[in-house]
Amino acid sequence: MAAAPGTVVELDGVTVKFGTNPALKAVTARFAGGAVGLLGPNGAGKSTMLKALLGFIKPDDGRMTVLGLDVATRPLDIRARLGYMPESDAHIPGMNAVSFVAYCGQLAGLPSVDAMQRAHEVLYYVGLGEARYRNVETYSTGMKQRIKLAQALVHDPDLLFLDEPTNGMDPKGRDEMLELIKDLAHNKNVNLILSSHLLPDVEYTCDHVIVMDKGEVVAQGPIAELKGPSGRVFELRIKGNLPEFLDVLRAAGMDCHSTDEDVMRVFVPAGEDQRALFRLAAAHGVQVRHLRPSVPTLEDVFAKAVGEN
Amino acid sequence: MPIHDQSYRRYAGGRSTPGLAWTVIGTAGAMTFLRKRAFLGLLIFAWLPFLVRAVQVYVTTNFAQVAMFAPTPETFRQFLEHQDFFVFIITIYVGAGLIANDRRANALQIYLSKPLMRAEYIAGKAAVLFAFLLLITLVPALLLLLLQVLFAGSFAFVKANLFLFPAITVAALLQALVATFTMLALSSLSKSARYVGILYAGIVFFTSAIYGAMFAITGSSRLSWLSLTANLAQVIDVIFRLKPRYATPWPVSLIVILGLIVLSLSVLERRVRGVEVVT
Repeated sequence: MAAAPGTVVELDGVTVKFGTNPALKAVTARFAGGAVGLLGPNGAGKSTMLKALLGFIKPDDGRMTVLGLDVATRPLDIRARLGYMPESDAHIPGMNAVSFVAYCGQLAGLPSVDAMQRAHEVLYYVGLGEARYRNVETYSTGMKQRIKLAQALVHDPDLLFLDEPTNGMDPKGRDEMLELIKDLAHNKNVNLILSSHLLPDVEYTCDHVIVMDKGEVVAQGPIAELKGPSGRVFELRIKGNLPEFLDVLRAAGMDCHSTDEDVMRVFVPAGEDQRALFRLAAAHGVQVRHLRPSVPTLEDVFAKAVGEN
Repeated sequence: MPIHDQSYRRYAGGRSTPGLAWTVIGTAGAMTFLRKRAFLGLLIFAWLPFLVRAVQVYVTTNFAQVAMFAPTPETFRQFLEHQDFFVFIITIYVGAGLIANDRRANALQIYLSKPLMRAEYIAGKAAVLFAFLLLITLVPALLLLLLQVLFAGSFAFVKANLFLFPAITVAALLQALVATFTMLALSSLSKSARYVGILYAGIVFFTSAIYGAMFAITGSSRLSWLSLTANLAQVIDVIFRLKPRYATPWPVSLIVILGLIVLSLSVLERRVRGVEVVT
């Protein structure tokens, strides 16, 4: 399986089962270079996919390549060029931050002097410069997220796997983490795969997205392309029988899902416009209280893809 | 424009060839313990029997009046046997947390996301305990042999007992190997170093107690293979060309020891993984 140009990760019919439960069902996906979001609800198979790509889990079927190298035959070569930030808290016990990160650099093959120098640099980069001599076990949740990013970066990987990198972070810390991720992908030429169930995180940092649900890829491509042209999504609030009107809209081929309280987002199919909504409302005795064109968001893509699945 | 860019920079330096990560793990692990004063004290304490034996060698080689206490091959066997206590203590002190602490801190996925194999991780962890155990068994025993030559001013004793050097080496390696792999396997089963220490001590004492009870009932030492320490003692006696102390055939004891090592490796193979899969 030759990797397509510009593709950093490729999966071809990959199936992973835990006992009889399939975690990945014949997944075929291509991750382009740059920042790619791996989106899906909890239990969709995102972390399983990353762990299979790292070689932690052997797939029951299918083939995978990372940076053009076959995962089954060259896992060490792949891991030498890859950085992994796990979802759960993870550190080497009994070490301060700079020792921990330098140690990770040495494990990745860096000479000890270079590893120590890189550790200092990377810790400053992730915002832990002042706390680098503190024992990692005394760190707050946000700091632990940053140190996990630092250990993934220390050996200068070509590809980063970030598994839920903003988990447990306060809003300020989360924004800073997202800025770091965006900077890495867009200014430092590090390819990355961001696995998250948080749509705003993926939308802010990534150019491409792969949406997963129940172990399957349900949508993939550039985010801008998946969102489609603007002007075909509307925010709608009505007065009348809401469930019945939702059925009417769906029967007319309009996908809709609720957002806040009584406001829903309606996807009007090609060839139609807002007048179709008014016609349907009038025909069914429903008052339109609020109608506003909206910009399609990743949430729409996600809701549509997961909804269809 | 900043004078020095403190943002992320790409690395253009060299990288070592794969396969050496175990040395990094081993060195870092050893340094962690060598920085602890309590451990250094324990190491010094473990060398006290060596000092006593060194004095014995010096006195017997220089004063004919006490020649009856001159070292024999059995002296070296006894020395290694006396070190069993320190082997036990250091195995628990160093070994209990080697993998258990990594499991507690989810460090395995950090280790195994780097370019190293699971075997390298295990080798690195094993090297830490193995090295410290050899430091209190093989090194002082060989040093004792060297002192004998130096104090006596001749190779007569060594020439008369040519098997002694390989016997000391093989016996110490076997002792360290069994303790290392048994402890590592136990350490991989739990996230609590304390629990692992208790489990190891329990296995050592429980198997000896079972054998003791069977000996009391049957009056025969044929069931010594039930005891971990008795099996080691039996095989090491044979290595030192001494009469085995138990009625169990020594190949049986050797098979039990090898079986224990294989079982430990099998446990490690199953437990040292980047992800814990529960089916």
